Amino acid sequence: MSTASVATTSSGYLLVLAVMWPVIGILLSFVVSGRQIERLAWIVLPVGLVIAGATLIAVTQAGQSQIYVVGNWAPPLGIALRADGISVAMMMATAIVICVTGVFAHGEFSQPPGGPEERAPVVFWVLLFAIWSALNALVLGSDLFNLYVALELLTFAAVPLVCLKGKKETVEAALRYMLFALIGSVLYLLGAAMIYGAYGTLDIRLLSERGHAEPATLIAASLMTIGLLAKTALVPLHLWLPPAHAGAPAPGSAMLSALVVKGSFFVIIRIWFDAMPDLLSFRAAQLLGALGAAAILLGSVLALRQQRLKLLIAYSTIAQIGYLFFVFPLAAGLATGVAWSGIAWTASWLQLFSHAFAKAAMFMAAGLIAEALGHDRIAELGGIGRKLPITMLAFALSGLSLVGVPPSGGFSAKWLLLLATVMEGQWWWAVVIVLGGLLAGGYIFMVLGRLLASPTEVPALQAPVSRWRECAALSLAICAVLLGIWPLQSSDFLFIGR
Amino acid sequence: MALVFDIGIVSLLIAIGAWMIMARDTLVAVIIFVVYGLLMSIAWVRLSAVDVALTEAAIGSGITGMLLLSAAARLRQTEGAGARPSFPVCVAAGSLCALISAGLAGVVLLPADVAPTLAPLAVANLADTGLENPVAGVLFAYRALDTLLEKVVLLLALLGVWSLGSDRAWGGAPALGAYVPPNDILVFFAQVLPPIGIVFAAYMTWTGASHPGGAFQGGTVLAVMWLLVMMAGVARAPPISSTKVRWLLVAGPALFLAVGFLGFVIAAGFLAYPVDYAKALIVLIEIALALSIGVTLALLAAGPPERTLQP
Repeated sequence: MSTASVATTSSGYLLVLAVMWPVIGILLSFVVSGRQIERLAWIVLPVGLVIAGATLIAVTQAGQSQIYVVGNWAPPLGIALRADGISVAMMMATAIVICVTGVFAHGEFSQPPGGPEERAPVVFWVLLFAIWSALNALVLGSDLFNLYVALELLTFAAVPLVCLKGKKETVEAALRYMLFALIGSVLYLLGAAMIYGAYGTLDIRLLSERGHAEPATLIAASLMTIGLLAKTALVPLHLWLPPAHAGAPAPGSAMLSALVVKGSFFVIIRIWFDAMPDLLSFRAAQLLGALGAAAILLGSVLALRQQRLKLLIAYSTIAQIGYLFFVFPLAAGLATGVAWSGIAWTASWLQLFSHAFAKAAMFMAAGLIAEALGHDRIAELGGIGRKLPITMLAFALSGLSLVGVPPSGGFSAKWLLLLATVMEGQWWWAVVIVLGGLLAGGYIFMVLGRLLASPTEVPALQAPVSRWRECAALSLAICAVLLGIWPLQSSDFLFIGR
Repeated sequence: MALVFDIGIVSLLIAIGAWMIMARDTLVAVIIFVVYGLLMSIAWVRLSAVDVALTEAAIGSGITGMLLLSAAARLRQTEGAGARPSFPVCVAAGSLCALISAGLAGVVLLPADVAPTLAPLAVANLADTGLENPVAGVLFAYRALDTLLEKVVLLLALLGVWSLGSDRAWGGAPALGAYVPPNDILVFFAQVLPPIGIVFAAYMTWTGASHPGGAFQGGTVLAVMWLLVMMAGVARAPPISSTKVRWLLVAGPALFLAVGFLGFVIAAGFLAYPVDYAKALIVLIEIALALSIGVTLALLAAGPPERTLQP
């Protein structure tokens, strides 16, 4: 593709709206009064969902990427936004999770009538808008520095979410998260500067034409990747995640675990599959895969040893992120048209989306349980399932997807990954996938067993649990299950633009 | 002669950098850091990067130095003899520094055959923007989207700082007491300097279209002036619920965004400007941004709300 062909496409304006619509919400939130911010959300959320849906339709109908050249300055001088198959899929999943989170947060983050404006609701809704805008900017960005700005936006939206409760230990967790995230930013920026120094452009499409595997490029890509791994919390850079994700309020944990860590993962994909496809050597791919395998085993074993429900779910996130990194060894042949690479590619995205839905649902369910009981100690959950059947169902369905029990998105993803490992002769990953599934079964059934137990005395609820918040959690769990019966042929759109 | 000067600057930078690491007292280290930043900005001037030099002096040395000073002042009570960082922390910090140094060394030692740059292209297209400073062209035309989103990041950072205050203090004013007790000299400067500073900030913002300077540098000067006034007790910090403050915070980004959307109608698209009015619109955006950046940075440095609003 030549440089001259970069021009705004007919539906390109949707990409601008996707990034800027939540920004309007942020700016308005600063000047309207506290009670109006939530009303604002009831406009921002549905319209944002429509924008995501319209973009998805535009890209799939055109069968090619939609592009917007910002300010009519074509790259390399200017910046283009580009929506390919994986961008619109991410946009849609983000929109669904954000909207359901908004519904779930209603009540928990509503301003009390009459009184003065309260801290937590104002901060929460602005951060929700900001996470949405940042994620849309991340998946649509096609310029390494533009992606850096989007990463910063995401970081500054995610960190305050961790300490929204204002307790000392959550502030500590937030600080640790910020330290990891900012070091990640510095490394990413350094790598981007090296790339610009070597090629005179930051545009991903131009880099894929000009770039070649030389030491400077490899160092740059490695620095950027290390930085992004710190933000994605891949083992051994995972230490910040459990206290941060467990310390945030439930809707916050849902967004952090389901979406935020996927944002930086998405940029890693952009670097190795789009900007520098020649650079992904066998050794580099195996190394990333090995870190993923370590994450699966370590995260699952640590999850089994947790005594608090939210921490268990957070460790499970570390493990489930590991599966995503099998995309590097298994889909490395994507550019050269290796058949099974395509399967591994589809499987990895399926894993990403089903984990997003399942983990958001699970954190919401855990939040409801903690609210109802006043604690989340796993040993004392006995029989709560009888009091909160819908919540328990949400937990069970999302858990089954994490374990990989059919029918569920998690099952399809792990099954396809297994097939790819066997067909590509990389059986060692298959061992880890099977072991990871067994361990996940262990920690999920440990909790489910408690929830379903029939103790002599059913625990009393400390606070009433609203039915529609339970339904919000359940709806996301059902999304995770539905991904498992989604016909695979229709996932061809994941290959649009490559 | 120039070479001697450059070698002098570089050796001084290295020596001061080493001194900063070796300094055992946090407060001393911070003061050395400020000096280091000022020397760095001289180095940037020597590299003909005047815009970077201004930013380094204002942000790297000025506002950052101020934040570090207040942090050091707050830490002073808890800083004891046994507060040395543990061995693993030292190793981690050391290896991180080594990694970054290796990256930078890579940039310098592994140069491309012909160092490619977009600078000629940026200058060649400047006529369409009506601007004469290519840095402003990058910030407000070619990469306006980045600049706009950065301003949103700044607002989020402020919200993050505010969110650290207690539930009770929400809507109240920052306390700003940790720096120095107000004294006569401070009050004198707080009364004499701001008029000069405001004129200087206005000039910096205005001249940014043609010469080094612009909204960010102008806004930083405004922020420093306001902080001086608040710290000296000449004027109290405003409550964060103040409508005026809230509007000032969003005025710049909101105008930027509005002009961006206007581009759909009157120009070639989002964040594009009509050729005849490009410079006028950009200067207008810069003025609004300078105000917003000034208020945002000052409140960022002022910290979370601590005093509750008096009804």
